Amino acid sequence: MRAFAELYAALDATNKTSEKVEALAGYFRHAPPRDAAWAVYFLTGRRLKRLLESAKLWQWATEESGLPAWLVGECYDAVGDTAETIALLLPEGAGGAEGSLSEWVETRLLPLRDLGDAERRQILLDAWRRMDHRQRFVWNKLITGAFRVGVSQNLVTRAIAEVSGVEENAIAHRLMGDWEPTEEFAARLLSRDTRDAGVSRPYPFCLAHPYEGDLAELGPPAGWLIEWKWDGIRCQLIRRGWQTFLWSRGEELITERFPEIAGLGGLLGEGTVIDGEVTAWRGGAPLPFAQLQRRIGRKTLSARILAEAPAALIAYDLLECEGRDVRERPLEWRRARLAELVERVAAPERLILSPPAPAASWEQAALLRREARARGVEGFMLKRLGSPYRVGRKRGDWWKWKIEPYAVDCVLIYAQRGSGRRASLYTDYTFGVWDGGQLVPFAKAYSGLDDAEIRRVDAFVRRNTLERFGPVRTVKPELVFELAFEGIQESTRHKSGIAVRFPRIARWRTDKKPEEADTLETVRALLGHGPSGPGEP
Amino acid sequence: MITLTDRGLYCEAGDFFIDPWGPAGCAVITHAHADHARDGSGLYVTSREGAGVLAARLLPGAVIDPLAYGEVRVRKGVRISLHPAGHILGSAQVRVEHQGEVWVVSGDYKVEADATCAAFEPLRCHTFVTESTFGLPVYRWPRQQEVFGEIDAWWRGNQAKGKASVLFAYALGKAQRVLAGLRPDTGPVYLHGAVARMTALYRDAGVPLPPAAWAGTEAEARREDMARALVLAPPSAAGTPWLRRFGNLSTGFASGWMRIRGTRRRQAVDRGFVLSDHADWPGLLSAIRETGAETVWVTHGYRAPLVRWLTEQGLRARAVDARFEGETAESAPEEAAP
Repeated sequence: MRAFAELYAALDATNKTSEKVEALAGYFRHAPPRDAAWAVYFLTGRRLKRLLESAKLWQWATEESGLPAWLVGECYDAVGDTAETIALLLPEGAGGAEGSLSEWVETRLLPLRDLGDAERRQILLDAWRRMDHRQRFVWNKLITGAFRVGVSQNLVTRAIAEVSGVEENAIAHRLMGDWEPTEEFAARLLSRDTRDAGVSRPYPFCLAHPYEGDLAELGPPAGWLIEWKWDGIRCQLIRRGWQTFLWSRGEELITERFPEIAGLGGLLGEGTVIDGEVTAWRGGAPLPFAQLQRRIGRKTLSARILAEAPAALIAYDLLECEGRDVRERPLEWRRARLAELVERVAAPERLILSPPAPAASWEQAALLRREARARGVEGFMLKRLGSPYRVGRKRGDWWKWKIEPYAVDCVLIYAQRGSGRRASLYTDYTFGVWDGGQLVPFAKAYSGLDDAEIRRVDAFVRRNTLERFGPVRTVKPELVFELAFEGIQESTRHKSGIAVRFPRIARWRTDKKPEEADTLETVRALLGHGPSGPGEP
Repeated sequence: MITLTDRGLYCEAGDFFIDPWGPAGCAVITHAHADHARDGSGLYVTSREGAGVLAARLLPGAVIDPLAYGEVRVRKGVRISLHPAGHILGSAQVRVEHQGEVWVVSGDYKVEADATCAAFEPLRCHTFVTESTFGLPVYRWPRQQEVFGEIDAWWRGNQAKGKASVLFAYALGKAQRVLAGLRPDTGPVYLHGAVARMTALYRDAGVPLPPAAWAGTEAEARREDMARALVLAPPSAAGTPWLRRFGNLSTGFASGWMRIRGTRRRQAVDRGFVLSDHADWPGLLSAIRETGAETVWVTHGYRAPLVRWLTEQGLRARAVDARFEGETAESAPEEAAP
């Protein structure tokens, strides 16, 4: 546990990727296999679910601190993180977290789930009293499950590749999908034998950076596959061992939620992996994302919802063909095989070959991009012909070229403190637009300002608070911001009657007065632009 | 006896202000940080140890009446004396006594003793005006020797990687305290101009500090020992072209705010070192307890929680606004005042 807490501190102390990889590699080189497996488990963002209700954690920490609950609340308000607040509040322990990480996890952490409250409390108090605040912070993070240290799966992959001498792609593949943090897993992870792909395991997704430069710099468009960028759930459909798996990009197995897509599996050859986008689809066109959303949260699917929001897979790429990994083949080759496959399956409303956009020049593409919204897509994907299917987000071969977002000028009306890196700063804002002389809350946004701007807004909030409701402050309506968002829908759950997708702050309109902000009427006028379809349930 | 006016704390009987927010007739100054010492007053009363630093921070020609710690000055029947606050060189608590009633205004203070200023001295009083910059229980300082050890380990680690170590610390007070805590045999120490000026005043006042040279011009800074050096600079130097002269470097920041991970990460420095010249939560509580005061005024920082806590402990406590907030988590990188 001590070594793992030190690894955390080392990762936390630097922003440089090379130093993080070095720290990780140093840890993996010396960690016993069981510990390494658990470390990978936590560092790649996996979490132990439902160990303990956070109310209990707070209750016991408050008792142990001997402080009144309101003061503990004030501390949380200033720190913004449960694990950290508790770590800092309690008197410093001796720093004696002896024992391995796996021992701590397996003999103390995992049992929390099933023990009675008295035993659970004892485990926590014992741990807290023994640890110094750094160890305690990591321990608490393991319990609360929000274990973020600015380490991506990518960095963990690089470090393990460095230690094992196995190439990164193979390591990335081993880390995908479902696995248990056991000694066997660690051995497999570090093994030089790479003939190990598990039956259900997806490939790491190839991701694109947004393109912001001049398109002419990409060379002639004939060297590129220009595809529509669909707004759905990026997935891999896998057929291996006469079984079908549908994995989301978030590495969730969602096969059962989309029976119509799972049903395609039987029509695919053994050893096939398709990369595509699951969308709600009917009559040759996508339905709004809100329709797809109705399908996501549900375990049981009624006949009604299956009829109202049928799903389709728009196929982008072929990663495995007849049991062979074909990611290194050029894009054209993979597309051609994919086209044959889609034709052979012949399920035109369920499996669709992602159609190339009809653009012979970049000018034409730019014109087409303006229609994107009416077509229910988010813009274009640009993929370099001849390129392999890469691992992760790499620059150069794939770009996303999104449509200009919607933009609305609105007024800051409520502010709330952020959490994590932004704790103690007012960074979470609610914006209003005018409706008959009043500002109605219209959207919330958390991002888009740089640190200096955040500090200025924070100072404004502190000086111009009109009312406080718990953590929320009502502020003098004075600051105007341009809010950008991707989609707009009617909503009965929002006061303004409108819900927007991916709102963020585009810029601070210091040139505008609050009375110059937009009205609800102008916002509602945008509703006509998107693809038609019923609103949220 | 003391009231809060639109220019700060005022003693009518003695006709003087304590750390006035603007020009006043007579200003008793707790210490020379800019949020406590403002220009334009007719007469400044401050500690003898702090007089040099104060003169350097005020416009030329300010009239300063230096007082030894413990020495009593009587103004219109009011007895005024200054006592060590342990914050920076010359920092003082102001003890005011009139017709048997005693008030103590702490200014900024720290209870752990350090090598660069006289140690905090607890005083009995009826009313205590305390700061509360770090008035929450999450603020507990590690022992300074431990922090100096961490700084030294970071410095040596950077040397091994061929990097200069640039440590940001407030130019007046913190920088000298860090300097005093460095291990001189680890490597050469250089100072930013602002730090060098304040350090010279400390040396003039007889504070023993290890040798350290001005980082100098860009040309001078390109000495081959830079990769082994530790450079002390004010936080305002962070992210400026001034740093380029040191080549490959690692940055650190010494401040009580570094106790919180979010604040630390927002500073965009490589390392945060928890070192404060203010009292932490246990320090505030013990200082308040030792005064024996029944009434406590709380100013700067986290006023509300400390007031509520003290009230629940049976004391009469109230929050007193401060015009200048001094050291806050968010003004830290720009170095607003101190």
